Amino acid sequence: MTVPVSYYLILSAIVFLTGIVGVLIRRNIIAILLSVELMLNATNINFVAFSDHLQDLGGQVFVFFALTVAAAEVAVGLAIIIALHRSKSTINVEEFNLLKW
Amino acid sequence: MAHVFFGYFAGIIAITSILVVALRNPVYSALSLLVMFFHVAGLYVTLHAEFLAAVQVIVYAGAILVLYLFVVMLLNVKRDDRYHSQWRIAAFVCIPLSIEFLVLVSGNMVAANRRPASLPVEPYAADNTLAIGQTLFSTYLFPFEVASLILLVAMIGAIVLAKRDIGGHEAKDMTKAPGAQ
Repeated sequence: MTVPVSYYLILSAIVFLTGIVGVLIRRNIIAILLSVELMLNATNINFVAFSDHLQDLGGQVFVFFALTVAAAEVAVGLAIIIALHRSKSTINVEEFNLLKW
Repeated sequence: MAHVFFGYFAGIIAITSILVVALRNPVYSALSLLVMFFHVAGLYVTLHAEFLAAVQVIVYAGAILVLYLFVVMLLNVKRDDRYHSQWRIAAFVCIPLSIEFLVLVSGNMVAANRRPASLPVEPYAADNTLAIGQTLFSTYLFPFEVASLILLVAMIGAIVLAKRDIGGHEAKDMTKAPGAQ
């Protein structure tokens, strides 16, 4: 008895909405990046569930590429956080209004 | 039996993902994200994606999360991180999305669970890694090369962004280097 694919859809929707809420309500930049990781993992769960459902390996290969992009995003994002912390010595997003008009 | 495993993994994933957002200390958030990554890897094993489960543990839990913890320790983040005042926007975005999603899933539950008739239902090859490797290096060869380019760009970008001063004495050293024009 296999698990229906809609259960995986519900799980990944819960995780994705949690990630959206985290991006919108947290003030710490590191917590915001962790919420972005949550959203990426939600899409990965969806890809693997449909890869198993449709018996197609393309979904798993796509998860591989999403993982590559996640690693690149983390490296660049944390470098930006270090540069920001060096210039203003805080990582609270409400302190950064340099581009606000 | 599959339902029991799915229930366990899904429950832990949902709880820890909510904890990532709800906990105030970033170290605790990162650690609950670590628990979530391990359970996502377990979910991949139940979905016959053993190679991706291993990659999830190695790359996400081993590399990305250690990088996060390293930065958290490096920046010495204080604990008084309160929530943003944007929770109304979050509610306006998320409540309609969740309602839409419930409507979609409840309407298409039967249609979504039916296997598509055109595809032959055959079990996977015994070696998941072999199958992924053959697919990756034949059908998806060009995206694979582009992914390596993305990693190179991210590496250079991280070095340039996190460097302390650009254009100071480092630039003079480069002009003195024998390879420079």
